[in-house]
Amino acid sequence: MKKVFSRPESLRDAATHYCPGCGHGIAHRLICEVIDELGIREKAIAVCPVGCAVVAYDYWNFDCCEAAHGRALAVATGIKRTQPDKFVFTYQGDGDLAAIGTAETIHAANRGENLSVAFINNAVYGMTGGQMAPTTLLGQKTATTPRGRNPAGEGYPLKICELLATLPAVASLERVALDSPGGVIKTKRALKAAFINQLEGKGFSLVEILSPCPVCWNKPAGEAWRWVREEMAKTFPLGKFK
Amino acid sequence: MSKKILMTGNEAIGEAAVRAGCDFYAGYPITPQNELTAYMAKRMPEENRVFVQAESELAAISMVMGASASGRRAMTSSSSPGISLKQEGISYLAGAQLPCLIVNIMRGGPGLGNIVPAQSDYFQATRGGGHGDYHCIVLAPCSVQEAHNLVFSGFALSDKYRAPAIILGDGMLGQMMEPLVVHSKKKNLSTKPWALTGCKGRRPNIVKSFYMQEGGLEEFNKALQKKYARIKEKEQRFEGIHLDDSEIILVAYGTQARIARVVVEALRKKGKKAGLLRPVTLWPFPADAFEELLKKKRKKVRFFVTEMSYGQMLEDVRLAVNGRAAVDFYGRAGGGIPTEEEILRRILQ
Repeated sequence: MKKVFSRPESLRDAATHYCPGCGHGIAHRLICEVIDELGIREKAIAVCPVGCAVVAYDYWNFDCCEAAHGRALAVATGIKRTQPDKFVFTYQGDGDLAAIGTAETIHAANRGENLSVAFINNAVYGMTGGQMAPTTLLGQKTATTPRGRNPAGEGYPLKICELLATLPAVASLERVALDSPGGVIKTKRALKAAFINQLEGKGFSLVEILSPCPVCWNKPAGEAWRWVREEMAKTFPLGKFK
Repeated sequence: MSKKILMTGNEAIGEAAVRAGCDFYAGYPITPQNELTAYMAKRMPEENRVFVQAESELAAISMVMGASASGRRAMTSSSSPGISLKQEGISYLAGAQLPCLIVNIMRGGPGLGNIVPAQSDYFQATRGGGHGDYHCIVLAPCSVQEAHNLVFSGFALSDKYRAPAIILGDGMLGQMMEPLVVHSKKKNLSTKPWALTGCKGRRPNIVKSFYMQEGGLEEFNKALQKKYARIKEKEQRFEGIHLDDSEIILVAYGTQARIARVVVEALRKKGKKAGLLRPVTLWPFPADAFEELLKKKRKKVRFFVTEMSYGQMLEDVRLAVNGRAAVDFYGRAGGGIPTEEEILRRILQ
């Protein structure tokens, strides 16, 4: 009998700690499928963020490094510059990449570091219990915007792909969404393109993945997927920015 | 005899790092250590090593963390306010048991302070500095030659114990020129099986400081403390001058120890039995040297601590002496340096 579907070698046989309906598990698996398909597991080094995905190294079957909150791209710079022959990527949430680590993000991109970035945008701080993220939508209620995000004083959702598109050293930027089976396939395709960019030495590539967080959004999983498609994607249009 | 060259402390540290096999340097401009960053910008690419001017001190120390996690000798340098920013990364390096060398060419504080030499970061360097129960190995050179030499020791101790090491100098030491004999290049560095190099032919390695499982962090902390106890037992270093017969012992480190040395000679000329105890390791503090002195001395011995601060190492001296002898102090920081005359006047009064 021919085996047509199995766990990627890059993914450990472990139950994740993620909440029901969370996008992290899907994103983790897609990364592992791409790493297997490209045959780069043995030279892969991931930098995990502070946030829900901090223990991604418990699920990934390759070398992993922790970083302080927001510093993943600085740590990745140190790894890649000393080991240019390895495949180095960061996996970061919106608080990590777009709030506390904004400087590291902009400057790693501006230096054109030959790195790949999986940026999980779920419009909320998940691990700490659903506070306002830099990417929280206007009017969205969170633990720290109980009346809904008001641009007066709380600002507007930060659009990372649009922001980084102005930098000449950036190789590619794409925004995708885990909102449907089709979205999952497109996400995998975008990750693969970004990873290949690094293997070809093209420089900084980032994939922004709009991802559901049903628990912090206080929505059932199905509705959360719909909210990604119908609400998040209005503020964060999908597509290639570079 | 080896050839002597003239170099500033900052440059001597940079050249030592290159010769000690430093593969990666990241820094951010701040006075009075800028010559070191500029020296590395020039020298590292000449040796096919990596130099990165980081966007901040936070980024620089995290880049060092990445290079260190890769198994490479990595270094950063800064001065007091910049070192405060690095504390986040230093705590993570200590927690992940990663080696690296951090150079602090101290200036006056608190806050932005100014750029004059000071020794006001002693607490920050020796107590950990960032969050958590950890220590860095802290080395305090008092000359350009010693600054050069201690870079080799710093990298070696840091690799041996998998703990960050700090060279604690001051603006005077960083800026002044002295004759220097450069060391030969280091070969055959230790292997680092824990490094992140891709999992080819082995199980994946993980570099982390996060312990979520119940009891995990406490177990880890116990192991860390055991390591620190070993370092305390084996790595205390100091220089002693006239310690055998002295009744008044000056205690000073770094640049201030050079002034204290002059005071000791002046006291000797006056017929006073004076000596100098100069800690070279500030952590581990050479407490055993005090123990020896207090055990041996029948007659009364008193200590006089002088620092370019308002009394930071003083606390370690008092802890080591533990009430068994008088401990006096004179210090200045923020503009002035305690002079020979000022110290003499206080000792003789």
